[in-house]
Amino acid sequence: MGKTLVEKIIARASGQASVRPGEIVTCKVDLAMIVDSGGPRKIWPRLTELGVGLWDPNKIVVVSDHFVPAVDAETAAILKLARDFVREFKIPHFYDMKGICHIVLPEHGHLQPGMFVCGGDSHSTMGGAYGCYMAGFGGIEMTGVCITGEIWTRVPETIRVDWSGKFNQAVVAKDVMLFLCRQLGMDNAFKAMEYGGDTVSSMSMSERGVLCNMAAELGCETGVIAPDQTTLAAIRAAGKEPAADALKWCSDDDANYVARHKFSASDLQPQVAAPHAPSNSGPVTDYKNVKIDQAYIGACVGAKLSDLRMAAEVLKGRKVASHVRLLVAPATQKVYADAAADGTLNILTDAGAIMLASGCGACAALGAGVLGDDEVCISSTNRNFKGRMGSNQASVYLGSPYTVAAAATAGHIADPREFLS
Amino acid sequence: MSTVSGKAWRFGDEINSDLLAPGLYMKSSNEIMATHCLESVDPAFAKTVQADDIIVGGHNFGIGSAREQAALSLRILKVGAVLAESFARIFYRNALNFGVPCLFFPQYKEINAGDNLSVDAVAGKIQNLTSGKNYIVDPIPAHLMEMIVDGGLMPHLKKKLVKGKAA
Ligand code: SF4
Repeated sequence: MGKTLVEKIIARASGQASVRPGEIVTCKVDLAMIVDSGGPRKIWPRLTELGVGLWDPNKIVVVSDHFVPAVDAETAAILKLARDFVREFKIPHFYDMKGICHIVLPEHGHLQPGMFVCGGDSHSTMGGAYGCYMAGFGGIEMTGVCITGEIWTRVPETIRVDWSGKFNQAVVAKDVMLFLCRQLGMDNAFKAMEYGGDTVSSMSMSERGVLCNMAAELGCETGVIAPDQTTLAAIRAAGKEPAADALKWCSDDDANYVARHKFSASDLQPQVAAPHAPSNSGPVTDYKNVKIDQAYIGACVGAKLSDLRMAAEVLKGRKVASHVRLLVAPATQKVYADAAADGTLNILTDAGAIMLASGCGACAALGAGVLGDDEVCISSTNRNFKGRMGSNQASVYLGSPYTVAAAATAGHIADPREFLS
Repeated sequence: MSTVSGKAWRFGDEINSDLLAPGLYMKSSNEIMATHCLESVDPAFAKTVQADDIIVGGHNFGIGSAREQAALSLRILKVGAVLAESFARIFYRNALNFGVPCLFFPQYKEINAGDNLSVDAVAGKIQNLTSGKNYIVDPIPAHLMEMIVDGGLMPHLKKKLVKGKAA
C-alpha cells in the first residue's frame, strides 16, 4: 500500500521507515515559528520557571504581527517582550512588524518541501502549500517544542480533494474554501487535507496558500499540496535554492486516502459565508442586498498582492459607497511595497480605501478596524465566529477579495461578476 | 485521585476559541481573560462556575484559534473536565497540556445542565449522579496519561528535567 505525502513526512521526522494513520509518534521538528501573541510572552516565563534555554535558536523563527503596531501600553509591552526575548536568546530570524507570519515565512525562504514545521498559530497549516507538514499549536505546546525540539503527533488520515477545470470569472481559491467548509464541515480533526488536480496545479502559490490556510477552518491537522515547478520557482524567488530531492515529496499513486472528493471548478460560483461560521456559506447571490458598514481586505489568507489586485480590478474607476469604510491591511511590508510599485495601491486609495499597517489587526480584534455593536462587515479573512472582529453583537460575512470589493462599492453584498469587464 | 465531581454546564456545538477567549481581551492577563470565558453564550458561566464543575459540549468543541487562553481559561476557572462529542485538535492538545482532561462523550445529550457528574478521565468512567446513569468512554490516550497524571506539561517537564539532572 502506498503512502500519502503527510505519512512520508511524518515517517522521516519520526525516524521510522513508514508510519500508518492512528499511530502516535514523536517527531523531530525542523523549524518552529512563534508569534508575539502566543510566543515569547507565553514561553519565556515558562523557560524561566523550568530554568532551561532553547533547543536551537537557529531553528526558531519569531514574528511580531498580531499586535502591530502597538495601540496601547499593554500591546507595546507585548512587542517589547518579544524583542527582548530575541536578544536574550540570540535568535537570528526575527521579523518585527514586517507582516503576517504565514506570509513572512515563505517570503524569506524558510519553507522547503518535506519539512516538519510547528507554528504557534492555528493557520500554520498554510505552510503546507510548500509541500511541508506544518501544523498549528498553542503556546504551551510551543514551549515544549522550543525546549525539546520534539512533539508527539497522531499520524492523521489524509483526505484528498481534487479540483479539475477552469474557474469562472471572479471565482478564486477563497470561494473553494468557503464551499468546502460547507461540504466537508469544520470537524475534520486529526485528519490532513491534500489538494490536487489540474485546477490546483495551475494555481499560483498565493492561491494554493488559501487552500492550505483554511484547512484550519476544516478542523484539519494541516493542508498540503505536493511541490511542483511553481513551488520551486517561489522558493528561488525568495532567494533560496530548493533541496535537490524536493520533488520526491508527493503521495504515491496507490496511497491510502480516508476519503476522496472530486469537484469541477467550472461549477463553482462566488461564495459568501454568513455569520457566525465559515461553514455557513452559500453562493453570493443568496446574500445580495445585505447592507454593510465595513469592508475589510486583510489577513494572512486575504491580503496578499494577488488579493489586493483582485480588489483593485473591481474598484478601478469606482468609489467606495458613502456609508461604507473600506479598510485594507496588506499582508506584509513587501506586499505593500509591491502594490505601491505596480499601481494597485493607487487604485485602492483613489476609490477611498483606508490603508492600515501590515499585521493581524481587525482580523482577530487585536488592532485597528474592530467592529462595534450591530455593525455588519464583509471581510476577506478566514473566520467569522461571534466576537472574532470585535463586538459579539457584530455580524461578519466572509468572501473573496473580489466579493469584498464589490460590496464596498455597492454598499451591500453584491455579485462581483457585475463589476468586472 | 483522577476523579473529579461537579455540576454540569451544558453548551452547544462548535463552541469556538473566540467564545472561549474573545479577541478583545487577548492582550489582557490570563486571569482577566478567564473572566470573559464564554460570556457571549452564557454570561453567568465565568461568574458562577465552581471548582471541579464539568463542561459538556456538542461537536467540534474548541474549533478555531491556537490561542492557549481558550483552554487556559478553563484551567484558571478550575473546570474539572470537558466532555464533548468531539474536539478541535489544537484545543484538545492545549487543554491536556494544561491538565484539563477532555473526553469524547457520544452520549453528551443525556446530560442536563446542573446534573451532578463524576468523571474519572484515566479510567474513562463518567457517572451521572443525578440520573443514576453510568458511561464508559475512551480514556485519555495512554501516551498522554503520564502527563495528565503529573497535572499537565509544565509539571511533567519539571519532573523529567529533575530526573535528567539526577541521572
Ligand atoms: S491575519 Fe488573522 S487569521 Fe491570519 S494569523 Fe493573523 S489573526 Fe490569524
